[in-house]
Amino acid sequence: MKIKVFPREYAGGPFNALVLLLSLLAGLVAVGVVFALKEINPFFAIFSIFKGSFGSWFGIKETITKAIPLILIGAGLALAYRAKFWNIGAESQLLLGAIFATWVGLNWGPSLPGWAAYLLMFLAGFIGGALWGMIPAVLKIHFGINEVISTLMLNYIAAEIVKFLVVGPWKGETKYGYPYTDDLPDQAILWLFPYSRVSPLLVVLTVFVALFLCYLVFRSRFGYEIRVIGENAEAARYAGIDFFKTLLLVMAISGGVAGLAGVGELAAIHHHLSYPETISAGYGFTAIIVAWLGRLNPAYTILSGLFFAGIVVGGDAIQMTMGLPAATVQVFNGLILTFLIMGDFFVHHRVTIQREA
Amino acid sequence: MPILEIIENILVRTVVAGTPLLLGTLGEVVAERSGILNLGVEGMMSVGAVTGFIVTFTTGNPWLGLLVATLIGAAFSVLHAFITISLRANQVVSGLALTMLGLGVSGLWGKPYIGRPLTTKMAEIRIPVLSEIPVLGRVLFSHDPYVYLSIVLGIVVWFLLRYSKLGITLRSVGENPRAAETQGINVNLVKYIAVVVGGAFAGMAGAHLSTAYSKSWIEGMTSGRGWIVIALTIFALWEPSRAFLGAYVFGCIFVLQYVLQPLGISPNILAMMPYLATLGVLFVYGLSSAGKRRMSAPAMLGEPYIRGSR
Repeated sequence: MKIKVFPREYAGGPFNALVLLLSLLAGLVAVGVVFALKEINPFFAIFSIFKGSFGSWFGIKETITKAIPLILIGAGLALAYRAKFWNIGAESQLLLGAIFATWVGLNWGPSLPGWAAYLLMFLAGFIGGALWGMIPAVLKIHFGINEVISTLMLNYIAAEIVKFLVVGPWKGETKYGYPYTDDLPDQAILWLFPYSRVSPLLVVLTVFVALFLCYLVFRSRFGYEIRVIGENAEAARYAGIDFFKTLLLVMAISGGVAGLAGVGELAAIHHHLSYPETISAGYGFTAIIVAWLGRLNPAYTILSGLFFAGIVVGGDAIQMTMGLPAATVQVFNGLILTFLIMGDFFVHHRVTIQREA
Repeated sequence: MPILEIIENILVRTVVAGTPLLLGTLGEVVAERSGILNLGVEGMMSVGAVTGFIVTFTTGNPWLGLLVATLIGAAFSVLHAFITISLRANQVVSGLALTMLGLGVSGLWGKPYIGRPLTTKMAEIRIPVLSEIPVLGRVLFSHDPYVYLSIVLGIVVWFLLRYSKLGITLRSVGENPRAAETQGINVNLVKYIAVVVGGAFAGMAGAHLSTAYSKSWIEGMTSGRGWIVIALTIFALWEPSRAFLGAYVFGCIFVLQYVLQPLGISPNILAMMPYLATLGVLFVYGLSSAGKRRMSAPAMLGEPYIRGSR
């Protein structure tokens, strides 16, 4: 018996969906093995994760709260990854969005009506994330600097900028020595559904962004150029596509929507700028998997974002009840991403078993 | 303190701080020369750091810690090799997954050991006679064994890459796998070995951090060194000899962070320095030698190899 492998172009939607589900299942089995090694009943643990996130009203509300930044960022990353621009810097693009929005909220917020404060904060957040996102695009095209490295270095740099601001020049006068800025004025804080941390405005914005980016990728000329660059750079060059302009715009959007996620965290949840790990619980990294699980389709990130938000919320819950360290969720993320890319093998290759005559 | 003594102290600590960077960069140079980009260095280093620490803590033997960390680093990198070589998957995403997994697993394993200092760390070895030389003796010849190990390994890798059949084999696999195949070289096997060597080096680098550089384990103690290693590999133009230069320059920057603190500069600004410097170095490079660098990168870096395809 011989196993033969052939590359293939497209295996069909239902087959690809099946591979995705099986990879996800395999990833969950691997997570179960990790629990078993820690002498925790894996079925009980995985059941508890999903019970914690989707099994109660409180869980569902928290899952939606965390899904918002994951979907916003994941949809933007999907756009960048379609162009094979490996943006690993969403974490800092989110922070820059929060920084810009904090400045606008604190300085202009008090003298503005609510709607204008929201609008300007989201605009400022988008600009902050976009500018920070465009740096690696410029560095890549004009100076040949690998974007994985530049976006990562910018993550560390932005985190230090935030720390510098909250212990230094922006430290709040009303905060009794804590490393926070002052709270945003009331009219700059987003209205939430009662007894939750979910802002209806953010939900609408998130769904709109995901669907709009999906339209952009698959139905616009710009999206077509993105896909050509990603799938066949040589052809893109012959076709006369302006790499610099396209990638700059891609990163402005990808960084900008991550900035919007930062505004959301700020204006709906924290109300002030504080330490970077408080403002973003690693959303920029988790969103990489969200984008990948969503098959780099911005619209699908709505589903994959909810799924991963569920894992984060449920993971947090069992961490507390079972006394596991915070790194547990990272193990889940790594394992699930590993199995997703392994599953891609069956999407891109046809495997047949031949019997020798 | 006289100025000369301050400089001597900075240099001594520079060599120590540069050691994990040197080890990591040498490993990544080997892996990338075979055409496999491994962005999982941060994860492999972290796994090396935690296993090195746990073994040293429980057995009291830092040499055993070094050995186990090296083996675990190597074993962990097999995952990346399997995904990118056998399954021909995207190397960037696989490397990221490896980093996430490595940081997560090391956090999970290391939890019970946080805040527990080692009683026996890797002891300093003074090389007889040589360590008596003024200045140079302290800077180069009075260190923990990792420092010597990294220098010896650096010279070995440099020699093998440049002058041995093994080096030619490795380079041909990264430059032109099809031609290598017709020469009877098992391309995928060479790639596997190169990635595993890279993992072993990263494991060693991690163990240095937790058992010699400091003597404790804390989550996230690699603090981006794995990523700096990736940048240094580019800076080194995939040459082990230039890896020495890069590693010690960055070691010096890590040391300057602490040296400059009394001058009243914000600690946050100082903490940015290694990362800003990474960007700065690559930036100056981009200005001066974009063409040169493109020429020296392994031609098939990042490209999956499919046997028998055209």
